[in-house]
Amino acid sequence: MRTITYAAAICEALAEEMERDDQVFLIGEDIGESGGVFGVTKGLFGRFGGERVLDTPISEEAIVGAAVGASLLGGRPVAEIMFSDFATLAMDMIVNQAAKTHYMTGGRLTAPITIRLVTGTAGATAAQHSQSLEAWFTHTPGLKCVAPATAADAKALMKAAIRDPDPVCIFEHKQLYFSKGDVPDDLEPAVLGEGRIVREGTDVTVVAYLKTLHEAVTAAETLAEEGVSVEVFDPRSLVPFDREGLRASLEKTGRLVIAHEAPQRGGFGAEIAAIAAGELFDLLHAPVVRVCGTNTPMPYAPELEGFVIPNAARIADGIRSLVALEATR
Amino acid sequence: MGKTELSPARHLELYRDMLLIRRFEEKAAELRMAGLIPGFLHPYIGQEAVAVGICAALGQGAALTSTHRGHGHMLARGASPARMYAELYARRDGYNRAKGGSLHMIDTELGFLGANGIVGGGIPLATGAGLQLKRTGVKAVAVSFFGDGATNEGAFHESLNLASLWKLPVLYVCENNLYGEFTRQDRHQTVKDVAVRAAAYEMPGVIADGNDVLDVHRVAAEAVARALAGDGPTLIEAKTYRHRGHYEGDMGAYRPPEEVAEWLARDPILTFGARLVELHGLPQEGLDAVAAEVEQTLLDAAAFAEASPHPAPEEALEDVYSESYEGMALR
Repeated sequence: MRTITYAAAICEALAEEMERDDQVFLIGEDIGESGGVFGVTKGLFGRFGGERVLDTPISEEAIVGAAVGASLLGGRPVAEIMFSDFATLAMDMIVNQAAKTHYMTGGRLTAPITIRLVTGTAGATAAQHSQSLEAWFTHTPGLKCVAPATAADAKALMKAAIRDPDPVCIFEHKQLYFSKGDVPDDLEPAVLGEGRIVREGTDVTVVAYLKTLHEAVTAAETLAEEGVSVEVFDPRSLVPFDREGLRASLEKTGRLVIAHEAPQRGGFGAEIAAIAAGELFDLLHAPVVRVCGTNTPMPYAPELEGFVIPNAARIADGIRSLVALEATR
Repeated sequence: MGKTELSPARHLELYRDMLLIRRFEEKAAELRMAGLIPGFLHPYIGQEAVAVGICAALGQGAALTSTHRGHGHMLARGASPARMYAELYARRDGYNRAKGGSLHMIDTELGFLGANGIVGGGIPLATGAGLQLKRTGVKAVAVSFFGDGATNEGAFHESLNLASLWKLPVLYVCENNLYGEFTRQDRHQTVKDVAVRAAAYEMPGVIADGNDVLDVHRVAAEAVARALAGDGPTLIEAKTYRHRGHYEGDMGAYRPPEEVAEWLARDPILTFGARLVELHGLPQEGLDAVAAEVEQTLLDAAAFAEASPHPAPEEALEDVYSESYEGMALR
């Protein structure tokens, strides 16, 4: 067991997968000698060379398109989208090409690419460098979507994404890159679709992922002091989603709060809420509460950004509203 | 005879391949009119010399991406007309098991990575295929077919820049048929020759007579040699014309009749057939025999499609992912 950063864990996963399989290569902007804007690929260019760590022009469509094309002939590329906002420039390749390949060819071809989408605010990064766009991709059949919150999950999910036969979007939160966590030495690739109970509780379940997971844990600790027992569930993978894990938790608590940084309207939380309402209705004692980003673009000023993004205090308020509602019934 | 020149026997094969494409498309239009083919068709009629001329120069192991007008490319590469018709009929024995149709047909064994419903969508994919061929040291080329309209997409420019930068073994084949959908070339771009756009990426840009299969072949063979020698990509512009509308059912009213007549007179199959008779002394009966063989092939192909089973409705839930997830496609 070692304690390393989320960024270092991703880098280890990339290096180990490149060692394991010659077909794995990296493609993206400034990922080579410079090691990436956030330093995630630092050292890989020196270790694996420019043939395996490909620095590209600023051409997102060509980056993802080249990755898809190479994957059709047996390559296992990992494409980096430096800021997930720039995925807008590669949407045809992600949504119309990669996601559809297996289906529209009747299962005869697959596009096993990994797309690294650098997500969320880094602090005052404003409207075009801060977005959490995971719902665009979870909405697209054919893509798998994973969202690690810890160093260990970042490594395990990255390894799983690279080995997966289908295109996988991995959302990496910028503010987690420098957070540290324990990573076991013999860490195996994650199983996509398996969530994790991060903190056990009996009164309310909070489902959260990426950076918001840590805010939810802080909120749970606050609520514990107020006598409310909060369970925190990290789905880790959004597509496929761990329905059984959610069911098991709601069987204990009967109350559900969903939190994410992305805007609330049409966010992935809406899907989780619909799963709960449609498939787990009998388990619910109270309405589902969502604590999400406001339905606004991301503003620049720190006090505005802080208002938009759900933090521990807002999640705690969401949990309290649910408990208070229960008390008045 | 130079090394890129083809024997008279090969000439007759090229004629046969062009005729197969022509008749495949004409018959497909009839079958669609008869209600046997449910989806879109974008006929390749008039452009046959491009697909056949390029494919004759490719050799083994090539990887190809195509367009919405892709039947010709696929047939020129040797695909089965029967499985193609089965796909158009939306039957199980179709190339894509009835999940793709005309716009998404593939043949993985032929390296045919797919027609494409997105204009310009295949260009980055061929670039990536070229990257993979180069990375793995395979001595083969990638080819991307696209039209003049696609050369206004970002995908075209990003791809050519990348391929030139990395010296990828790719042939970018622009079939300039003078129209991007309904819009004449002079109303969608200021350049007359798409080939000049190659200069922006420091790669050769060459023009071929897209209605002359041998001229297309000559240009393609040179581009293949360059790519295999490690000298990078080539932009080929084949000047041609589609005889019909953008899709089957489009009457092409936006095209002046005299322009259509001028290009019909330069029909790539009729002119090549006449050349074979006049220059090679091939008897007309030789061409007739080829035509009869093509007719029989297509009759058999349509019969195969007709006999192929329809997919079961719930097969719609399969093939979303490589592995199956219980119920995931439904809830």
